[in-house]
Amino acid sequence: MKSIMISFLSGLIFAAGLSISGMTNPEKVIGFLDLFGNWDASLAFVMIGAISLNFFTFKKITQKKPLYSDSHSLPTKSNIDLKLFLGAALFGMGWGILGICPGPAIVNLVTLDSNAILFVISMTAGMSLFKILDKLKVV
Amino acid sequence: MNSFILPLIGGLLIGVSSSLMLWGLGKISGISGIYSSLLSPNNESYWKYSFMLGLIAGGIILNSLYSDVLFDYQITGSAPRVIVAGLLVGFGTRLGNGCTSGHGVCGIPRLAKRSVFATLTFIAFGIGIVAIEGAVK
Repeated sequence: MKSIMISFLSGLIFAAGLSISGMTNPEKVIGFLDLFGNWDASLAFVMIGAISLNFFTFKKITQKKPLYSDSHSLPTKSNIDLKLFLGAALFGMGWGILGICPGPAIVNLVTLDSNAILFVISMTAGMSLFKILDKLKVV
Repeated sequence: MNSFILPLIGGLLIGVSSSLMLWGLGKISGISGIYSSLLSPNNESYWKYSFMLGLIAGGIILNSLYSDVLFDYQITGSAPRVIVAGLLVGFGTRLGNGCTSGHGVCGIPRLAKRSVFATLTFIAFGIGIVAIEGAVK
């Protein structure tokens, strides 16, 4: 029960961070990616804030067992391969086209905006397509 | 001043959220991974549902209190454009095992090679697309 409360609280704070920072606003995101045009550097501070805090806390946290679990579930892969490159490249293109990544996509659903809903449906379809191709061992 | 104070506060909150998740449950807050794994749930998915519910609840609370400040924007784009962007984001984040939250917010602080590489790659391709569109306009 406590672990459910913690992950709920974590989601709540994450949503607050995304909307307060401006990450949910596609105009801001496109402005950040418009490095060679009318560059708006402000969203760089979202990454600076999150990464610098986690740099210290993650180190401390992973020295001890988690509160409500036996161990930390951290990714174990360490090799850079073509899949990682192509995946990140395709994601970056989609992000640059509309200015929305997965977290903000979910939070933006609460506005009931038709494009926000269409985006999440399409994103879900893209993920499902990957799952199918992955099962068929095509990718 | 506001132009970087709010992003910084928001970024710190995102850091607090992902630290809380790692401290309490030992999990990485990778939103594309959490969301997509709910498409084929198993009996260990409870924390994923509650995280997603928290994300939505947070959005609802902020939208009802501060919609004119925090949600004062439009998602502009034709339907085909929105669909293509969504498909690329969905497919790409699964092929590349993560998005801005998993690779960027959680992977870079651990100095994970794959995450540093993925983050630089998706930012570079995002910049590339925006630059190409700017040149075409």
